[in-house]
Amino acid sequence: MRSPDLGFRLGIGVFAAALVAIVAGIGATLANDSWLSLQRFGLNFWRTSNWDPVAGEFGALPFIWGTLYSSVLALLIATPVALGIAVFISELCPHWLRAPLIFLTELLAAIPSIVYGLWGIFVLVPVVRAVELTMPESLRTLPLFSGPPFGVGMLAAALILAIMVVPFTSAVAREVLKTVPMTQREAAYALGATRFEAIRAAMFSARTGIIGAVMLGFGRALGETMAVTMVIGNNPQVALSLFAPQYTMAAVIANEFTEAANALYMSALIEIGLVLFVITLLVNLMSRGLIWSMARQVPARAAA
Amino acid sequence: MKARRTPPARKVLSALFVAACGLAVIAALIPLAFVLFFVISQGVQSLNLDFFLNNPRPVGEVGGGMANAIVGTLILTGLAAALAVPIGILSGVYLSEYRGSRFASTVRFAADTLNGVPSIVIGVFAYAVVVLPLGHFSTLAGGFALGIMMIPIIARTTEELLLLVPNALREGALALGATRARAVFSVIVPAALPGIITGVVLALARIAGETAPLLFTSFNNGFFSTSLTQPISSITVQVFTYAISPYEDWHRQAWAGALVLVTIVLLCSMAARIAAARVARIRGQ
Repeated sequence: MRSPDLGFRLGIGVFAAALVAIVAGIGATLANDSWLSLQRFGLNFWRTSNWDPVAGEFGALPFIWGTLYSSVLALLIATPVALGIAVFISELCPHWLRAPLIFLTELLAAIPSIVYGLWGIFVLVPVVRAVELTMPESLRTLPLFSGPPFGVGMLAAALILAIMVVPFTSAVAREVLKTVPMTQREAAYALGATRFEAIRAAMFSARTGIIGAVMLGFGRALGETMAVTMVIGNNPQVALSLFAPQYTMAAVIANEFTEAANALYMSALIEIGLVLFVITLLVNLMSRGLIWSMARQVPARAAA
Repeated sequence: MKARRTPPARKVLSALFVAACGLAVIAALIPLAFVLFFVISQGVQSLNLDFFLNNPRPVGEVGGGMANAIVGTLILTGLAAALAVPIGILSGVYLSEYRGSRFASTVRFAADTLNGVPSIVIGVFAYAVVVLPLGHFSTLAGGFALGIMMIPIIARTTEELLLLVPNALREGALALGATRARAVFSVIVPAALPGIITGVVLALARIAGETAPLLFTSFNNGFFSTSLTQPISSITVQVFTYAISPYEDWHRQAWAGALVLVTIVLLCSMAARIAAARVARIRGQ
């Protein structure tokens, strides 16, 4: 290698290294600044539910519960819709409709979280409340629908998260479906398969990548802050009810960070941030791993 | 041999599946339509000249606006771009020039990881490294947080676009005796520049709509400020403050702010789309 080229490589390498340093820096900073809480509470932090900053008691179970529960519910709603969109755009729709539909779903992803939150407070929550009020008494006895109908709560949060996650999952699922060679579908049709059967076969070939797409959506849902904070009700409790106001990890950081009056309180909030960081990291890693292995499995993309 | 007809049950199932996929598209477009409808109809009612020219006023006093927040958002995104554009583009160049190297995979991995880090966590990080040492909330801290979020987007977009530049261009430059740096900065990057600029604009639009990383970095400011070391208002944080307030008038202001945000996003994505189409047409000829 010529020496000016080496200089060039080192020169831009410094900037590239900055990216690595930032990620490492985030992990190290969060771990360091949550040390007080990590030491004081250990694993009990995540096993207890009493969040009482005044008394100096910090149990974060309701937050991790709220984050996981709302994200899982959002996935249950969003996944069928997102896959349906991906299939419709990549397999079914007429060619002229493709670009406009892609633009509209991208728009869904581009709308800022705070706008979804504002819409959630003033439009979605009253609708959810009305639906909750019309729920027949017989169903209200189920644990899933128990409690007074506030409007704000788990259901509203899950719905708004689902809307926000759909475009991410469907975009990746669409890319993944594209990697399945056209010849496979042609073969299926040649054997007399119906449209559904041919597409089902293509989706089966792409299953690893599709699971990756769903997990990517999960990672998005876990970290989503503003919209959820505005509609979930911000009440730290572990409840199964869809109507119950609950709380998430991101929401408690957003609401209480500026109020953290002492070092232990601050440290507890940063520990929640640390765990959120680690969870989303793992979910994204798995998701990328799946999508990547899918892309490698099917080298026929160029040929197709 | 008689050709066997597809049994009706299978045909029906197939038709149902096609219908279900169509319904999924409609199910996603309904919320989009409702969000846009409410933002536009509610926002237009409260959007007026005062909104752009005045600062927030106390509850009950009419004529308040978000002039300080609009300027704040501009300054914050400007700072973010100043941090993220050089780092993002140069690491993108590294990723595409040395794509096979082990360090490049590490950097790519770091970029994807950073892209997935929740924005609220970025806010906590910026608080720890900028707000704590300075001792107070500041524009710098907010710009830093937004910049961190922008870096991986720009890096990956730049990498993708540079990989599209035909190899013959690079070979031509090198054959003329250019150094690698010369080939990259005089030939390869300029060839991809329209796309890179589009990517930067899209990243800016996304960053301008962020709230969570600003809550405890740039915080909020009821007054007009352009100071980098003081807290500063932003459209998003101001919308949040107004949205969760109990006052009717502030709710109207929040909708107006949301309309401004959505307009910015829409304009940027349409401009990017048009630019991309134009580039594709020029390439095609």
